[in-house]
Amino acid sequence: MADFEVPEITKEYTSVPAVKEGTMAHSLPFISKLEFNEPLGYPGELVDNWKEVVISKLKELSGKYRSLKVFLDSCIKCGACTDKCHYFLGTQDPKNMPVARQDLLRQVYRYYHTFTGRLFAKLGIPGFVGARELTKEVIDEWFVYFHQCSQCRRCSVYCPIGIDTAEISMAAREILDQIGVGHKYCNQIIEKAGRLGNNLGLPKPALADTLEGLEEEIEDDTGVAVKMPLDVKGADILLVTPSADFFAEPHVDGLMGYAKVFHEAGISWTMSSYAAEAGNFGMFIGSYENMRNLSLRIREAAIELGVKRIVFGECGHAWRVAYSFLNTLAGPFDFLDPNYPVPQHICEFTYDMIQKGELKFDKSQNDHMTLTFHDSCNVARASRMGDQPGGQFKIPRAVIQAACNNFVDMPSDTIGEATFCCGGGGGLLTDELMEVRVKGALPRATALKSVTENHGVTHMAAICAICKSQFTKVLPYYGFTMDQIVSVHQLVGDAIVLSDAPKDDEEPDETDAA
Amino acid sequence: MATIEVNGKQLEVDEEGYLADLNDWVPEVAEVMSKAEDAELTDAHWEVINFLREYYEEYQIAPAVRVLTKAIGKKLGKDKGNSKYLYELFPYGPGKQACKYAGLPKPTGCV
Repeated sequence: MADFEVPEITKEYTSVPAVKEGTMAHSLPFISKLEFNEPLGYPGELVDNWKEVVISKLKELSGKYRSLKVFLDSCIKCGACTDKCHYFLGTQDPKNMPVARQDLLRQVYRYYHTFTGRLFAKLGIPGFVGARELTKEVIDEWFVYFHQCSQCRRCSVYCPIGIDTAEISMAAREILDQIGVGHKYCNQIIEKAGRLGNNLGLPKPALADTLEGLEEEIEDDTGVAVKMPLDVKGADILLVTPSADFFAEPHVDGLMGYAKVFHEAGISWTMSSYAAEAGNFGMFIGSYENMRNLSLRIREAAIELGVKRIVFGECGHAWRVAYSFLNTLAGPFDFLDPNYPVPQHICEFTYDMIQKGELKFDKSQNDHMTLTFHDSCNVARASRMGDQPGGQFKIPRAVIQAACNNFVDMPSDTIGEATFCCGGGGGLLTDELMEVRVKGALPRATALKSVTENHGVTHMAAICAICKSQFTKVLPYYGFTMDQIVSVHQLVGDAIVLSDAPKDDEEPDETDAA
Repeated sequence: MATIEVNGKQLEVDEEGYLADLNDWVPEVAEVMSKAEDAELTDAHWEVINFLREYYEEYQIAPAVRVLTKAIGKKLGKDKGNSKYLYELFPYGPGKQACKYAGLPKPTGCV
């Protein structure tokens, strides 16, 4: 199945493996090219004066972002992070220890931008103070190892200083893009989203056709005409969701779940063909400008459609951008209804409706499953839900448990704030990085196996398009099946009781279009 | 850029073997690509490939999985209108493997 060795699941997901140097040095992302880079403001190929550009960009970023400078200056080499990265645990490559990954950038920063680094470089012993001269070899290493970081921030939870490797990895990618060494997967997607309004490149007629098909599917299934509105002016809510929700499984079942919730809540809503994407890959490449451009589409769509609220669908990094940055990137949102969070997560929306008693569930519809929940890294560690600390952990679980009788959590040091990344986040969800994706999923697969064996868990629910796609692809390497991954709102959609559904004796005809 | 040889002509493909120019496609492209992956194309595969091409021509994008399963279900019977059946035909994923054989670009995004 794989042209690399798939790690074996052992009992202890936290056991620290022996170090094996260079095991992932060969993992190369595809390099981006002119047609994708130019619209993003980057050169099409390696620029001649790359060395100067890197040194000055590093100075600019560490001057502009105080956090980055603190992170680069303050590591005390305590080692607390070394065994916290899922990519290290799965690959055993010591360069995947967070401190080693940070050092790739830190060494160059020291050499050119610190007094001690410059001094010891003059003395000919820069390595004595952890400084390293910038060479092409360094750039190559950055390209390899900063694309083995999913920016999940698990290491930062355990760092006594609070150093956030995600931010360092974003800065490194921004620098790489500035010299024309970008990642094709990310840049191609950002270019497409900037041009067509979504990462897939779905044009409006295709989107409309897809939604129409989903409406038919729900009606065939339930007898209720649940709508999937697109570009409806004057609707109360604009739903911004990852375009994978239109395209892939199990994502699409989640989308149909949101539609049923809105229907049952009796609230008018719409999606936008102009902003048919929640995901924002601008964050993955550390580009403020690109992140802002993509965010502005959401603002423009909200104004154009005249909505009162914005709700985000199930997408991890979208929620980080939305929750943490949207207001500064594309605000102020003073034209929206101030009585609701700006923006709101679909889980918050559904949870509120459940609290108000607006939704009824027939939980037995999900009785053939025993669920567990994968906390997506960006939701868990870079955002919140509701108005209580830890709401981002409590609310999705409360939603699942409102719709399902059987729920069991995975071991406590693999969920919540300590959650392991799916292995495909941060712009790594691309086939040429399959080896690192599979190996990086080892800790999650181990935790899942433990509840499968000990508590009869059959399915894992997630609230992130990347997590869902990654798991359907990589969990089969560990002996699971792809349909064991479900959307949270798929569970909601399957159990929700539609009050205007025909009664049993007036069930719609079972006539099939075939 | 890498190429594949089809009917004696060299056709450009990207890093992952997807045809660089959609207009280069002829049915033999699918044959050559599937042979390289040790897959044999049956009529059932061709139903999917042909539908992908028709849909792409109309919408400039590969169909979403539910659009595809619904169309195949209509053509080949309801028991085949699901992604399990499509994965049996295209183990590397209908969205990716079948698109490649059909000469379509690889779907991008979180899929």
